[in-house]
Amino acid sequence: METKNIMIVGVGGQGSLLASKLLGHLLMEQGFDVKVSEVHGMSQRGGSVVTYVRYGDKVNSPVIDKGEADYIVSFELLEAARWLSYLRPDGQIVTSTQQIDPMPVITGAAGYPENLVEKMRSAGAKVDALDCLKLAEEAGSAKAVNIVLMGRLSHYFDLPDEAWQESLKAIVPPKFLELNKKAFALGKNA
Amino acid sequence: MKQLMLGNAAVARGLYEAGCSVISSYPGTPSTEITEEAVKFPEIYCEWAPNEKVAMEAAFGACLAGKRAFCAMKHVGLNVAADPLFTMGYTGVNAGLVIGVADDPGMHSSQNEQDSRHYARAAKVPMLEPSDSAEALEFAKLAYELSEEFDTPVLLKMCTRVAHSQSLVELSERTEPAVKPYEKNIGKYVMMPGNAIRRHPFVEERTRKLQAWAETAPVNRVEPGTDHKIGVITSSTSYQYVKEVCGDTYPVLKLGMAWPLPEKLIRDFAASVTLLTVVEELDPIIENYCRSLGLALVGKDVFPLEGEFSQNLVAEKLGFPVHTGKVIDDPIPPRPPVMCAGCPHRGLFYILNKNKITVLGDIGCYTLGAVAPLAAMDMTLCMGASISAVHGFNKARGAESESKTVAVIGDSTFMHSGMTGLANIAYNQSNSTVIILDNSITGMTGHQQNPTTGYSIKGDPAGKIDLEPLCRSLGFNRVRVVDPYDLKACDTAVKEELAAPEPSVIISRRPCVLLKHVKTEPPLAVDPAKCVGCRSCMRIGCPAIAIKGGKAHVDATLCVGCGVCEQLCGVKAFQGGKKEG
Repeated sequence: METKNIMIVGVGGQGSLLASKLLGHLLMEQGFDVKVSEVHGMSQRGGSVVTYVRYGDKVNSPVIDKGEADYIVSFELLEAARWLSYLRPDGQIVTSTQQIDPMPVITGAAGYPENLVEKMRSAGAKVDALDCLKLAEEAGSAKAVNIVLMGRLSHYFDLPDEAWQESLKAIVPPKFLELNKKAFALGKNA
Repeated sequence: MKQLMLGNAAVARGLYEAGCSVISSYPGTPSTEITEEAVKFPEIYCEWAPNEKVAMEAAFGACLAGKRAFCAMKHVGLNVAADPLFTMGYTGVNAGLVIGVADDPGMHSSQNEQDSRHYARAAKVPMLEPSDSAEALEFAKLAYELSEEFDTPVLLKMCTRVAHSQSLVELSERTEPAVKPYEKNIGKYVMMPGNAIRRHPFVEERTRKLQAWAETAPVNRVEPGTDHKIGVITSSTSYQYVKEVCGDTYPVLKLGMAWPLPEKLIRDFAASVTLLTVVEELDPIIENYCRSLGLALVGKDVFPLEGEFSQNLVAEKLGFPVHTGKVIDDPIPPRPPVMCAGCPHRGLFYILNKNKITVLGDIGCYTLGAVAPLAAMDMTLCMGASISAVHGFNKARGAESESKTVAVIGDSTFMHSGMTGLANIAYNQSNSTVIILDNSITGMTGHQQNPTTGYSIKGDPAGKIDLEPLCRSLGFNRVRVVDPYDLKACDTAVKEELAAPEPSVIISRRPCVLLKHVKTEPPLAVDPAKCVGCRSCMRIGCPAIAIKGGKAHVDATLCVGCGVCEQLCGVKAFQGGKKEG
């Protein structure tokens, strides 16, 4: 199988690590070769962060380059737009509609672009946008945005629900499992 | 059993399986997780040393005593530890000694882009260079075999994309090597001139033997290709990009050993292809070696010296199709890293900026004090340089600068290499002011303990060095502590100590707000009826405050109620948060 590429993008501290852990577990269990690449250190301090997940028969490069992502999963709208050029021509964006102002916007040096979902669509991208923060809160914690997004992503995968549930069980602490199952379902069925 | 494992965790696993017993490291991105993962194995003693030189010497002592030892550091840490490294090349080892060094091409979290492979060549010690987690594990074990067989420390070179990528590994059991007897050997271990002169020929002979080993070692391998028009020599993560792009089209010589390089293997490979191409990140180490053999090749004339490579870059240079994507017309504002909401450094940097102080900075989270609107930093060079440089700055410009120049340095960086600079100020008498930003942790690398925190790498109680008596005993009479959340107190302290007729240390003390044990206050809120939109609160660059509809607005999910913004508000528009008294 040709290597498939998933990018998880967001703002440092939003919980992308758990999402990539879930995907890593899920895809390894399916028998794929998997590589997951993260960035630690200064970039994590509220900056733009990206995690690459790649899987297939044999994966070489640990990173995803421009025009290669089958999926971009975004925790924040501006970050989806920032990484748009990494999407394949037929790729799919799954994004939360949450907006977090970066420092140049806070200080007034730049503006937060408006109507980003429409603009990405007119650029030719397939965009699935939903209010993941609201759904996460509905599930019981604002921190479950990552699992809401994974639930939504599962929508596009030809994998049985049990496979996702088993990986969820394997990586989420038992006391948060019910909450995360709910968050996953809310994202999937939104 | 196969596992998905971070490159750094795979190194730790390899150390464990090889029977490593002692690890001493200093944290530094992207090397930190090696030691953090190794500490999970009860068979290995692990510690954070005050700096890389101390760590390497501690590891050397352990190997001398007969147990397999290791130390890890980032690329610039190897500069600090270069002194023991070069002479350890001469002494060799007793039990195996491996040094992990992690480069950071692209500077995700570093102050330069130096290439550690130069050190292997310069110190005449072998270097292994894995390209994924499986190799990281395997090479860590191999490094011990080489170390003991050839009587040499071995460098294990990681880079960000190997260290911080997860890929599949196979685990094995630990082998427990017998403790090597320690035997006194003055000629081998006491490096004074008469002995070192006799060791140098051994070093040169060892390199020749290692080179012969490298000719047939499985870590250096030729992967056949269908088209011999181009042949690629590559290593590390560049190998992965080359394979991603070329597949089995062109033959590839994959070098797992970065030094010494196999002359015959390279010559034979070059002779089998029409156009030799070297693909390596950063400096032309392999390339220059090939050129020294008289081989014609394509290298840094085409590939950049700067930054990380990627599959698109390799595709473009080797004539394969390059992928492109869509863009929108709007400019996307950058999202640089920022000081966290409630960061204790913020208040102090605000005061330094307000008083137009020249700030000689250092390495840590607080380097973000250079970012607008705080912009309170004039220099950042390397660990400890703030204190040494403020002394030189003041010696050059005298009283004029002494009253408006400070050094700022974190607690961990101070213990790393700030103390000697402080001694220089006291000894050579400049009237310098040093501010220690004591947030009670090593912050930037992800909360590692250090000698001032009182806890070991495992979180157990440990020796604790108190900064106040330490600074006093280094010759400073004026040592005062201030709470950086209290702007007025910071302002007074900075002004008074700069005006004082003798050198002083200000300790700006408050623990990192991200520490789990730090209790935060309820978020503040702005009363829009009171806010006049003057933007005074925007001068501290807090990510929790924005102007919405002409009024300040606090993001309650980010605010930790530190109250610094409240102190800037002239109309008392902030409500809630920390209660008075």
